[in-house]
Amino acid sequence: MTLDSFFQNLANGISLGSLYALIAIGYTMVYGILRLINFAHGDLVMLGAYFAFYGVSMFFLPWWAAFIFAIGLTAGVGVIMEKVAYRPLREYPRINLFTAAVAVSFLLENLAIVIFGGRPKAFNRPAFLDRMLNIGSISFVSYTPIIIAVSLVLFVGLMLIINKTKAGMAMRALSKDIETTGLMGVNTDRIIMFAFMLGSCLAAVGGILWAIKFPQINPLMGVMPGLKAFVAAVLGGIGNVGGAMIGGLLLGIIEIMLVAFFPSLSGYRDAFSYAILILLLLFRPTGIMGEVQPEKV
Amino acid sequence: MKQKQKTILTAVALLVVVGLLFVAERSLNPYYQRILNLCAIYSIFAVTFNLIFGYTGQFSLGHAGFAAIGAYVAALLTLSPAQKAVNFFLKTIISPLANLEVPFLFALIIGGFITALLSMLIAWPALRLRGDYLAIATLGFSEIIRVLMVNLQSITNGALGLKGIPGYTNLFWSWGCLAVCIFVVKRLVDSSYGRAMAAVRDDEVAAEALGVNLFKHKMMAFGLSSFFVGVAGGLMANLISTIDPKVFLFTLTYQIVGVTVMGGMGSLTGSVISACLYTVFLEALRPIESQFTIGSLTVPGIPGMRMVIFSFLLLMVVLFYRKGLMGNKEFSWDGLFRFFKRLLPKKNINSPGGGGS
Repeated sequence: MTLDSFFQNLANGISLGSLYALIAIGYTMVYGILRLINFAHGDLVMLGAYFAFYGVSMFFLPWWAAFIFAIGLTAGVGVIMEKVAYRPLREYPRINLFTAAVAVSFLLENLAIVIFGGRPKAFNRPAFLDRMLNIGSISFVSYTPIIIAVSLVLFVGLMLIINKTKAGMAMRALSKDIETTGLMGVNTDRIIMFAFMLGSCLAAVGGILWAIKFPQINPLMGVMPGLKAFVAAVLGGIGNVGGAMIGGLLLGIIEIMLVAFFPSLSGYRDAFSYAILILLLLFRPTGIMGEVQPEKV
Repeated sequence: MKQKQKTILTAVALLVVVGLLFVAERSLNPYYQRILNLCAIYSIFAVTFNLIFGYTGQFSLGHAGFAAIGAYVAALLTLSPAQKAVNFFLKTIISPLANLEVPFLFALIIGGFITALLSMLIAWPALRLRGDYLAIATLGFSEIIRVLMVNLQSITNGALGLKGIPGYTNLFWSWGCLAVCIFVVKRLVDSSYGRAMAAVRDDEVAAEALGVNLFKHKMMAFGLSSFFVGVAGGLMANLISTIDPKVFLFTLTYQIVGVTVMGGMGSLTGSVISACLYTVFLEALRPIESQFTIGSLTVPGIPGMRMVIFSFLLLMVVLFYRKGLMGNKEFSWDGLFRFFKRLLPKKNINSPGGGGS
């Protein structure tokens, strides 16, 4: 493999990885606070892409307005989801919460099939994202650096929110202990809602960027990215936002590189990410950045 | 009620069920038979998930992958060599498999054993993980199995799947397997092993301190549950007669989890009832998705609507009926009679004439 194609693949891997990371952050934030694997998160990705699609094709919004519209709507869906399906179950066995997440996921997917139609739709990229760029002899489409840049900005913003604001401090406290945090005077319901809103926004951005990178959208498009992002979140150490970013990037780069180096194995691409995950879990059961929790008796 | 009476009642009930199955097998049209078969198969899935999660507390999401193994093994063992030659036109099948054909019973049992073996091989490292980590690891394995099935063309025929599997599955096979499965699981759960499994579920550390061998009991639950999942997969392959890797996506596992939770964690009765309701319900709603006409009005079908209704109901059950249909109670004659007794007095109050006690 030449150096050029290596860099090309690397850029590709990083952009795919940034997408995984964006989606993984939503998983990890919700898990960190509620210990809930929110399987419906992948479907928020799909909703984000569809809302953006309809914003442009039905309401004739300029692309940036459509994107904001889509992010807002998706955040709304995320907040409703938490309020209706997850909040009443917080005190109950976790399997109920998990099943609720599965039910919401099925509901969103099939509602999307009913409302949007099952046939894939072509997502039109804004023109400036469709140009070929050449740096030296490496060429890539202009959305690649944009995806990476957007993810980076969002990640830094999120880190600032989590580490520097009061709401972020409350979120960190919630992930340690919900009840005690409530006793300290934090409005836990509101903070959890806020976490869901942030996660959903990131999922929507992830969905839009996903649709820009792979411009065909269908109601089940969120399932695979969702699952991969979840794998990334576990890889990085679930509950840890920085870990989700690292896990996502790692997963994206490894996936692309494996296929680039061993084209004959490309059929096994999806299996690799799970194999890596399982191997890592066996040696480091809490992921790369996860805290080892002492066993309490 | 005396034990003897109960035994007689059970025997009579079993005879009635067998009689009904006989009648159904003889006179029901294939479509209804298929639904009844699916009821039994989904029941096995739900009962086995209950064993591994409801009773032993191991959150395993590998059902779809394990069912796939059982289905492929049974399918490959029951397909005739000629049919195999038709199926494998892209890549020829590896030699020992090409001419192998065994009776259905052996195919199911071999399928079950291979599934149990592979699943225990997977469980051996994975069972060190707990809770959600075990869930994601088993889900990962399930997906790996599916990806392997797409790629190992000379064994599984890849994404094309296997067609023309002889439909050996009939009501006796499927309900018979369900009966064996329930019997074995129930006996296991009620034995000392079952109590140890419950201890593992409730508190691993305490169970270990009391001398319960965690690994052994988890492995046992895992292996037994996968054996029956494999058998159910084999039944399924011989029922729908065409399988491909897409049938065994992880969404199948989610459906099984949903069905089991709806029935009640820790209730085999609940699992069976819920699985039957689920299957019948989804079939009953099928007309919604196809076009139909009322008078001169043609209503287009709404694809996806069935699952919308199902997932909505699932959500409602989880939200408002948190223990599922049966909670962790099982069917018993005493329970049944108590249920009817509770119904009866109401009638007496309502009808002014009858004042019997």
